[in-house]
Amino acid sequence: MDLTHDLTSVIAKSFGLFYLIALSVGITIYAYWPSLGKRFDKAANSILDDEDGPCR
Amino acid sequence: MMERLTGAERQIALMICVVMAIVGLVMAAAGHSDPLGIHGAIVLVAAAIMTCFVLRAIGEPEPAEDRTNSYYDDPTKAGLVIALFWAVVGMGMGVWVAAQLAWPDLRFDAAWSSFGRIRPVHTSGVIFGFGGNALIATSYHVMQRTSRARLAGHVSPWFVLLGFNLFCIIAASGYLIGVTQSKEYAEPEWYADIWLVIVWVVYFVLYIRTLARRNEPHIYVANWYYLAFILVVAILHIVNNLAVPASLTGAKSYSAFAGVQDAMTQWWYGHNAVAFFLTAGFLGMLYYFLPKRAERPIYSYRLSILSFWGIVFFYIWAGSHHLHYTALPQWVQTLGMTFSVMLLVPSWASAGNALMTLNGAWHKVRDDATLRFMMVAAVFYGLSTFEGSFMAVRAVNSLSHYTDWTVGHVHAGAMGWVALITFGSIYSVVPLLWKRETMYSWKLVEWHFWLALSGTVIYVFAMWNSGIIQGLMWRTYTESGTLAYSFTDTLVAMHPYYVARACGGALFLTGAILAAYNVYMTIRHAPEKHPERDYPTSSEAAEPAVPAAE
Ligand code: HEM
Ligand code: HEM
Repeated sequence: MDLTHDLTSVIAKSFGLFYLIALSVGITIYAYWPSLGKRFDKAANSILDDEDGPCR
Repeated sequence: MMERLTGAERQIALMICVVMAIVGLVMAAAGHSDPLGIHGAIVLVAAAIMTCFVLRAIGEPEPAEDRTNSYYDDPTKAGLVIALFWAVVGMGMGVWVAAQLAWPDLRFDAAWSSFGRIRPVHTSGVIFGFGGNALIATSYHVMQRTSRARLAGHVSPWFVLLGFNLFCIIAASGYLIGVTQSKEYAEPEWYADIWLVIVWVVYFVLYIRTLARRNEPHIYVANWYYLAFILVVAILHIVNNLAVPASLTGAKSYSAFAGVQDAMTQWWYGHNAVAFFLTAGFLGMLYYFLPKRAERPIYSYRLSILSFWGIVFFYIWAGSHHLHYTALPQWVQTLGMTFSVMLLVPSWASAGNALMTLNGAWHKVRDDATLRFMMVAAVFYGLSTFEGSFMAVRAVNSLSHYTDWTVGHVHAGAMGWVALITFGSIYSVVPLLWKRETMYSWKLVEWHFWLALSGTVIYVFAMWNSGIIQGLMWRTYTESGTLAYSFTDTLVAMHPYYVARACGGALFLTGAILAAYNVYMTIRHAPEKHPERDYPTSSEAAEPAVPAAE
């Protein structure tokens, strides 16, 4: 099968579109998932004091 | 450098050096009069120097430190010093290139000093030499801190750092003797490319293994950016450099792609080199060093996640904006244009996130030049991405393409964003790593800041003017429908701006030299700071090297 312009643009307009939409929805849900808030806060604050050496 | 390696590690290092020396010898013998032969000799000399280093240390006593107690910062320190060395070399070359454009006689009639050869020495010198070393060094720092874990290995960090620099030396020396595969930012030939793949895979494995030791459930966002930088650069590098050597005893190779496919592959590479080398890695720096220096957590961690994925997934599609109005199919150009415009959103999200983090700490920005470096870098990041998205629109690109406007955009990003965030990070991390109270001279940091800022502004404004004048002159027609200006007319019009650019560049270079001097003096002369509390203590001090019973 040839990789023609028509074929690639059909793929781009169907699969390409939906996977990008799915991806952005997925990532937004992940980023705003309420129960992860604490973990993110902790991560954001964790770098402020990290000179006390490795834990392992 | 070697004293912290155990006996077994020193032996591994020795073995690597010997293998390298053999490879160099084979290259030198097989390539003899070809540039490949010269590069073989360079590899051989580099391996011999390293062998001497290792041999001198091999009989020394083993380190007594407890490795679980502290981070392994020696490779970071070396990397930062090397980065500053490349900064001075690469920017010095940039000033020379700029001066040649203003006064062509500055070529001095040699072949090696022609514009086409020293220009890639400048671009590779600053991007890979300065930027690359700074990225590797800071990534070692950040991966250990954010994971609360020591580097996973003691030989591999050195292998990555020094191996990468060998690549840089092969690249730069190759340009001067005329080696190039004519792909911008990917000029080195096949043997250097293979070597870089090896180095890069080791780098990736080292990063993953260090993260695997981490103590936190969540991987701090700066690491994501560094990892994207490593992983995507590997993919780009391998695909774009697919080539068949004309012979195994010569440097010349032929690309696996032809015609417009080759062009598209090159600019898919080229743009993502901007995205993942000059942006993602440095965003990693921004997300770690800016909050740290401001002593405030990042404004919105959630936004940083969103913009990360936005940048990763949009950038991959944007490369075709470099090929507007070419043989590339129209729809591919439109695709690149659309994604470039969408890219503005995650880019500004990152820049805004950085500035909002500083909101409420403006007094610190005012007083602390180091933080100001990072703040201005974020502003230039916002500016250059806005400009980029604008230039990617086909109608705008018809004016800007091939002109100095592109060069102005490049340096708004490269000097204003990449170099400033790097200098800011270096100033914040050097006193910490060498356990000094502060930098040797804060006045010099202040001087550097203003030199760098004025240099960038002069450079960028000169190129905007020059580029737009040039573009407009090219498209001005007379009433009879012929071109109004000859090419020489445009050169005359651009000359003053070229002089201005060379001056701006010289200011920027002066700043970089001050930085190198200041760091050197900090290492040598700044008063030491003895950490009073939970600072990682070097365990040689904590426990006696000789057991008490003896
Ligand atoms: C001292 C400061 C600098 C000076 C004087 C300078 C000068 C120049 C000159 C004259 C060119 C060639 C433009 C042309 O062909 O018309 C150039 C290209 C380039 N420089 Fe610089 N530069 C400086 C700093 C930097 C830095 C810090 C970076 C990157 C981190 C950088 C990255 C580049 C790149 C990527 C190009 C290629 C642009 C293109 O092909 O459109 N430069 N520079
Ligand atoms: C949203 C982000 C960005 C977009 C959409 C963008 C877009 C563009 C466009 C349209 C061009 C001109 C292509 C041409 O006419 O040949 C270009 C060139 C370039 N940009 Fe950007 N840009 C962005 C950000 C950046 C940043 C942050 C940097 C540097 C750190 C950068 C570095 C470069 C370089 C080096 C070139 C010159 C490539 C060459 O011709 O050698 N860009 N960019």
